[in-house]
Amino acid sequence: MSAAVIVFPGSNCDRDIAVALEAALGTAPLMVWHGDSALPGVDLIAVPGGFSYGDYLRSGAMAANSPIMREVVSHAGRGVPVLGICNGFQVLTECGLLPGVLMRNASLKFVCRDVDLRVERGNTAFTGGYKVGDVIRIPVAHHDGNYFTDPDTLKSIEDNDQVAFRYCEPDGTVSDAANPNGSLANIAGVLNGNGNVLGMMPHPERLIDPLLGGTGGTPMFTALAEAVAA
Amino acid sequence: MSSPATRPEDLMGLTKGEYDTILDILGREPNLTELGIFSVMWSEHCSYKSSKLWLKTLPTEGPQVIQGPGENAGVIDIGDGLAAIFKIESHNHPSFIEPYQGAATGVGGILRDVFTMGARPVANMNALRFGSPDHPKTRHLVDGVVAGIGGYGNCIGVPTVGGEVNFDPAYNGNILVNAMTVGIASTDKIFYSAAAGVGLPVVYVGSKTGRDGIHGATMASAEFDDDSDEKRPTVQVGDPFTEKLLLEACLELMATDAIVAIQDMGAAGLTSSSVEMASKGNVGITLSLDDVPQREENMTPYELMLSESQERMLMVLKPGREDEARAIFEKWELDLSVIGETNDSQRLVLMWKGEIDADIPIPPLVEAAPEYDRPWTATPPRAVREPSEVAEPTDISEALLTLIGSSDLCSRRWVWEQYDHMVMGDTVGRPGGDAAMVRVHGTKKALAISTDCTPRYVEGNPVEGGKQAVAEAWRNVPSVGAKPLAVTNNLNFGNPERDEIMAQLVGAVQGMGAACEALDAPVVSGNVSLYNETNGQAILPTPVIGCVGLIDDAASAVGNGFTAEGQTIIIVGQTAGWLGCSIYQRDLAGGSNGAPPPVDLVTERRNGDFVRTAILDGLVSACHDVSDGGLAVALAEMAIAGGIGAEIDATPDIPTHAWAFGEDQARYVVTCSDPDDFLHRAAAAGVPAEATGTTGGPALTLPGAKPISVANLRETHARWFPEYMASR
Repeated sequence: MSAAVIVFPGSNCDRDIAVALEAALGTAPLMVWHGDSALPGVDLIAVPGGFSYGDYLRSGAMAANSPIMREVVSHAGRGVPVLGICNGFQVLTECGLLPGVLMRNASLKFVCRDVDLRVERGNTAFTGGYKVGDVIRIPVAHHDGNYFTDPDTLKSIEDNDQVAFRYCEPDGTVSDAANPNGSLANIAGVLNGNGNVLGMMPHPERLIDPLLGGTGGTPMFTALAEAVAA
Repeated sequence: MSSPATRPEDLMGLTKGEYDTILDILGREPNLTELGIFSVMWSEHCSYKSSKLWLKTLPTEGPQVIQGPGENAGVIDIGDGLAAIFKIESHNHPSFIEPYQGAATGVGGILRDVFTMGARPVANMNALRFGSPDHPKTRHLVDGVVAGIGGYGNCIGVPTVGGEVNFDPAYNGNILVNAMTVGIASTDKIFYSAAAGVGLPVVYVGSKTGRDGIHGATMASAEFDDDSDEKRPTVQVGDPFTEKLLLEACLELMATDAIVAIQDMGAAGLTSSSVEMASKGNVGITLSLDDVPQREENMTPYELMLSESQERMLMVLKPGREDEARAIFEKWELDLSVIGETNDSQRLVLMWKGEIDADIPIPPLVEAAPEYDRPWTATPPRAVREPSEVAEPTDISEALLTLIGSSDLCSRRWVWEQYDHMVMGDTVGRPGGDAAMVRVHGTKKALAISTDCTPRYVEGNPVEGGKQAVAEAWRNVPSVGAKPLAVTNNLNFGNPERDEIMAQLVGAVQGMGAACEALDAPVVSGNVSLYNETNGQAILPTPVIGCVGLIDDAASAVGNGFTAEGQTIIIVGQTAGWLGCSIYQRDLAGGSNGAPPPVDLVTERRNGDFVRTAILDGLVSACHDVSDGGLAVALAEMAIAGGIGAEIDATPDIPTHAWAFGEDQARYVVTCSDPDDFLHRAAAAGVPAEATGTTGGPALTLPGAKPISVANLRETHARWFPEYMASR
């Protein structure tokens, strides 16, 4: 069983996600350079946060066309869990693995702070450690996290139960005040139709240690470790 | 040779006397390129000609110091084979002209200074000073500077973990943007800039050279006037993505043993990097300027040598290692070009289209740089203000609310939420604490970092103010439980050619020197920014200190918020009620005047060491240093941070407003669950400590004042910044 972290020029949360995966899996993930074209024997893929290609052109747009992304898409099609965080979420929408787009924050400003998320779907490789309705606290840190789709797509996402997390108040209430970036329907994380690809703007890898301010992200990595071991 | 400088009367900021020295050195008239090189090398920014005499008096040594001032950054030993490498640097003038790019490239420049030495940057800090909130430019400048700092640090993926932001009309025409970076390296993998050895390839890496920033160092060495906006073309443009690639490529090459010397191209670009490397290595250097990667067409040697294009490095490699280096840089999609060679001539020779364009002997270019003992007249002492001379407020609680809701004391959340302060996964002390804390990756240790200065104190008494800047930055470190190890300084002053400004510089350096000595915190790096004036209006003297300390186990650190109800609140240090030069006096009692609080360095050291030891011994549940706004503000901040109120039952024997808002130094507020142990130990150590209240309840109640709910405190504290920035 092995995990891979895809590294683009400008990725900067690659080490952070590797630390989180190693803590949960017991082995260090493979760090795969964007120019590579093979992902041998990998059963979990993480696309990390950062500023791939400086976010020039459009967040995630250039990384989505990297050679390695063809392999990521192909693995995703075979059911391998793919987790995209922050810039990784942007890359997964740009390459078509996930619906919707991530626009500039409604405030037009970068925002870095802990947010509360309501768990909307529990029975996936990523969220099996949470129960629907749980409120978890992990940080966001982004400039382009304003999730948007057309109304038909939104309806199909909701109807198919593809929303994984929504920004909420500490008591679970979904409100505008709890929305850090203007995302449609407070969507913080979204799954593909098969539930094996998750994109999310908040960073679960940043709160896995009480010293850092919390452990809201830990159950995700524990669940992933169990899912790929099964 | 290209033609002599076409306008001899235009000496590019050099004095006639300095120009005559150049004639002596060369034995002829310099041409345009040569004059440009002398001009930037002898600019205040690069030569420290007004401050050098005084900087030499600062303590720079100690068993913890691996490298003091003189390299790209200072280096201290943090044990286990690791070193912390850090420096603070100003980007004041560019940030006033073009706030986003000015601030962004300030961050980029200081990051390069640190990773040039082999360190991976792990934390950014800053110290920002803006004009009056009422000034029409202030909002725009705050917005641009904060976005620029965030834009650069967020993209490169180094957390911006703290800093300070203050407002004063004295900065209306000249804001201050001081950026600090801290990095971590192995003690056996530190890189220096001396290009020792002849016949070695000189290699250019990073971005291509364009026409941006030409003569930036000279701009930074002159006053501003009404036409300053026309200097916008001298501001560089930052590309943090390229810097990220440069960082990774440099660290990858540094893991080999191919590099002899490395120097970033910062102020004065290719000129200062090549001259410094050759000078320190005692060699000559010949550069083929045709081989410099160029972004624009038809660039001249003058432009190539003076450009301050960002994200560039100059390296001297071992012979034959060029291909190995090229492979690494090509992987990171960066330019690498061999542009010259070292030799034994001790001359800087620039080749251009097959001919010699410039030929300058390096030793006099460096050593004959002017050094001035500028005249100064000691700042006249101010009268000490008794509490009775400073008007009492009608209501202590209302006064506290006014202060914590003011531009200088309100929450900076609006600022630091725009900085990614958590990337790299080691931020164990986030912004808003006394010192930021960043864990040393893969260990239990953490670095504690703070930046501080109280310019109104320095204005009132440069010597005491200089001491206080060090003392306050230092005090923030034991406040979290860490041991201060060393400091970096950023001396921001007006025009040193004026007696009274030079007196501020001299006094502040004297005070800093005394404090660094007494507090065992040597200065290991720094930067001087003079001529911070517009139309003759100087800034407040602002000698910013960045302090770095170490805690062996990050889990033993404490925060500054109340952690539980029923804890005993103890004030450490003597409260005499010093209101002169206080924020209270400035904002609520007719304006800052009188002498600033004196700093007793022996007391400062003793109290700080005591508090740190008590924290490490587990006696303390929360700790906050007392600074601007005095005890009342410190208590309010602890209540807000913890979401818990407190009842203060002290019965001050001084006027209540002096007790609440006085700014006596060397003080801390701590909370304990076992106060007896703490108080006994304090008595044994000769440290004044007094139980003064208990945490708990929904409100903060000061002596003789009506309770203020924590919700009201929090809301008042949070309100000013976002409302100000949203208003037009």
